[in-house]
Amino acid sequence: MKKNYKQIPMPVRYAINILLLIVFLVVVNGLIESKTISFSDSKIIMLIGINIILAVSLNIGTGYLGQLPLGHAGFMAVGAYASAILMRNIGASWLTIPIGMIFGGLVAALFGLIIGIPALRLKGDYLAIITLGFGEIIRVVLLNIDDVLGFKLTYGAASLKNIPKTTTFLNTFVVVIITCFVIHTMMKSRHGRAILSIRENEIAAESCGIKTTYYKTLGFVVSAFFAGVAGSLYAGYLGILSPGSFGFMKSIEILVMVVLGGMGSMIGSVASATVLTALPEMLRTFASYRIVAYSLLLIIVMIFKPSGLMGTYDFSLSHLLEKLLNSKRSIGKKSEKGGR
Amino acid sequence: MSGRDLRTPIIPERDKDKTPVLECVGLGIDFGGLTAVDDFNMTIGRTEIAGLIGPNGAGKTTVFNLLTKVYKPTRGEILLEGKNTANMNTIQVNKAGIARTFQNIRLFKELTVLDNVLIGLHNEMKYDLLSAVTRLPWYWKEEKIARRRALELLSIFCMEDLAEQKAGSLPYGAQRRLEIVRALATNPSLLLLDEPAAGMNPSETGELMENIRKIRDTFKIAVLLIEHDMSLVMGICEGIVVLNYGKIIAKGDPNEVRNDPVVIEAYLGKKGDIPC
Repeated sequence: MKKNYKQIPMPVRYAINILLLIVFLVVVNGLIESKTISFSDSKIIMLIGINIILAVSLNIGTGYLGQLPLGHAGFMAVGAYASAILMRNIGASWLTIPIGMIFGGLVAALFGLIIGIPALRLKGDYLAIITLGFGEIIRVVLLNIDDVLGFKLTYGAASLKNIPKTTTFLNTFVVVIITCFVIHTMMKSRHGRAILSIRENEIAAESCGIKTTYYKTLGFVVSAFFAGVAGSLYAGYLGILSPGSFGFMKSIEILVMVVLGGMGSMIGSVASATVLTALPEMLRTFASYRIVAYSLLLIIVMIFKPSGLMGTYDFSLSHLLEKLLNSKRSIGKKSEKGGR
Repeated sequence: MSGRDLRTPIIPERDKDKTPVLECVGLGIDFGGLTAVDDFNMTIGRTEIAGLIGPNGAGKTTVFNLLTKVYKPTRGEILLEGKNTANMNTIQVNKAGIARTFQNIRLFKELTVLDNVLIGLHNEMKYDLLSAVTRLPWYWKEEKIARRRALELLSIFCMEDLAEQKAGSLPYGAQRRLEIVRALATNPSLLLLDEPAAGMNPSETGELMENIRKIRDTFKIAVLLIEHDMSLVMGICEGIVVLNYGKIIAKGDPNEVRNDPVVIEAYLGKKGDIPC
């Protein structure tokens, strides 16, 4: 806004970000290939990637839309099973991964639409209860559908085995980057602003001519889509699926990541997903206290920083660079801040 | 005030031959057994500044809520530029040309001032979700135009320097002004202002009067405002409707209304020997 505030042009911003991401991907991938990072550590890194996708996608529902959906693991389960069944049938090739992920995402998005239309007519607690119920229904259906209908689809409690182990570090983090990019660009558009306006004040949003029902459903569906994508990565990561791993606690686990990081902050979700996945794995001996630690951590954060660690702050490398550039140029003068 | 006919429209001379922007015919709403507004007839000219006044609880905000379809009218019709709005909801009414502000400010508090206005400009932009996510050229183009337009609108109230601040952190008066800017951003033909001067000091009110006139003149739109500050109402309104217990008790230009014994009685009670 200020005249002598130096700005980095858009293409350069993109170039810097893309370059850094490629360096990150290549370096970490190289470290994994050369076994500098051990196999079990690389597994944890992949899990971090999957949890980042889950947290960032749930953030649409909780942080941006301001609702409290508690069935995220349900969407993840739908995506995981849908893509696992597909991947088992088409066999492993380089196409398996993208097809499986897109299919898993789309099926989850369809469920998001079916659940979202009735659920989003309700608010607050009621929405939470409906989505919670949905998550449990999914789990129970996956557990029993074979017995009831005589299929050989999910194999119920015996768990779905022999899924091609397609998930690698590289494809996980490429998907992480795509997810973050898509959600970021969506939120910086008129559609994203419409979603935010519903969180802020629904009546005012309607009086500004924003189709609130449409945008609520849209947010919900996009959130479900990426949960499904994460689910299919999870299927290819474990190679075996059982309904038990998509219970209510999984939904809560993801919610904790979002709340802890700061609702409405993408960098917050990414950071807390990383920490909360890595920490219990690093402290294996205390892993059984994870739930206790979760609750304690949540209570402490809620008391001292109710808006989450990052609040609604969103990190932007370009903004940071611009600030650095400008502070260097105006060292003698009173430093001018350009908004934010 | 002999022969006061509460059905005759009050339209300024210059707007006489054009379709009125708003016509209410026998508008009414009941909440259970309570009739909140009844037999409300009003016509607003293309570029008129009209006022809606009345004692507390008279039903003024209810009229606004009827016009914007927050409530569905029990009786009567609302014609917006000659078109019946019976089957429209709040969103469609806004698209058809009514924008409003709220008595208890409803801003998007956690968002920046600029974002608030950009949300008002939502329907002015046309790009779809896919081109937003892939950042196609027309995304940049439309965003740029919208941003420029938003700053232009903010400059009406000299608020362009506040663009990057959180709306919730603005002082009260600025929040009211921002709400007007946001409403204007939706490109209305009729602007409804619910107590725009509430909480403003006399000099701010004077400035607001100037600005409302300026908005009318530059955007060529009609303004209907609810206000308790009589200096503002008498100062800028060309036509005034007085509401009491949900019914229109007087109608006319400021002078007529000011001297109407029924109005004085409604505000001050009987035996109107106190100067108004």
